[in-house]
Amino acid sequence: MLTPVQDWVMGAAGGLMIGLAAVLLMGSLGRIAGISGLAGGLLDRLLGRGEREAAGWRFAFIAGVVLGPLLFAALRGGAPVPVRLDVTAWPLLAIGGLLVGFGTRLGAGCTSGHGVCGLARFSGRSMVATAVFFLAALATVFATRQLGLFGLGG
Amino acid sequence: MGLARLAAGGGAGLLFGVGLAVSGMMDPARVIGFLDIGRLAGEGVWDPTLGFVMAGALLATAPGFAWLRRRGAPRLADAFQWPTRRDVDARLVLGALLFGIGWGLIGFCPGPALAALSTGSAPTAIFAAAMAAGMLLYGATVGRR
Repeated sequence: MLTPVQDWVMGAAGGLMIGLAAVLLMGSLGRIAGISGLAGGLLDRLLGRGEREAAGWRFAFIAGVVLGPLLFAALRGGAPVPVRLDVTAWPLLAIGGLLVGFGTRLGAGCTSGHGVCGLARFSGRSMVATAVFFLAALATVFATRQLGLFGLGG
Repeated sequence: MGLARLAAGGGAGLLFGVGLAVSGMMDPARVIGFLDIGRLAGEGVWDPTLGFVMAGALLATAPGFAWLRRRGAPRLADAFQWPTRRDVDARLVLGALLFGIGWGLIGFCPGPALAALSTGSAPTAIFAAAMAAGMLLYGATVGRR
């Protein structure tokens, strides 16, 4: 069984907006719209590193990403966008966050930088990274949701 | 110039955030619904949406980037900063591996985690704080130069 086609259409429409946002950022500021790179570059300022002159627009971009869902919810009449997590134990949330934060910086990109932007440039590095993080995620979900590792799933 | 750069960054980010909300990918249950291919067997319901999100995004970035490459420079900066590295090294592969494990464990990658902060969800805040800590940990250790 598959989910309704209407969901897939919304997915493609949202994806188109994400892609357009990436084209906008490259066309205006000449930068790759990679969330981990933008957020990491901003956090690097706390360590006294990173580009000082890029901090302003990077902050504005991240603020836009956070506020975007509120705008969408307001436009469609107020119901908040659902966020459903099947993991609620804080140690697991913390481990997941650490892995995603450290991993995306070490691997120089995430779903947006390597996936949405890198694949569009036919970058070999991004193709390898995207294949690796998708396969690792598929294996992790299988181990947790199908086999019940960490007490998750079924 | 400064204000225009702020507006361009903020505008692109806002469109990105709206796109995440429209696509449904702000919701970890939808992401897990795609990654959990075990649902293809038996009586499970598999959600192909994430594939459509990636395809929709690439439908904009692939021709968009190709078009921009033929232009001289971006509007508000001196030059396009296209990534130039081509080597596949251990850091790239290990980083992608760690990221993929965390992504599969929770269902959040960086963009959706930040977008979901807007809902005030407490587990999202814990995840995002740990994600920021992970990024800072990288900057303070192996990312140090």
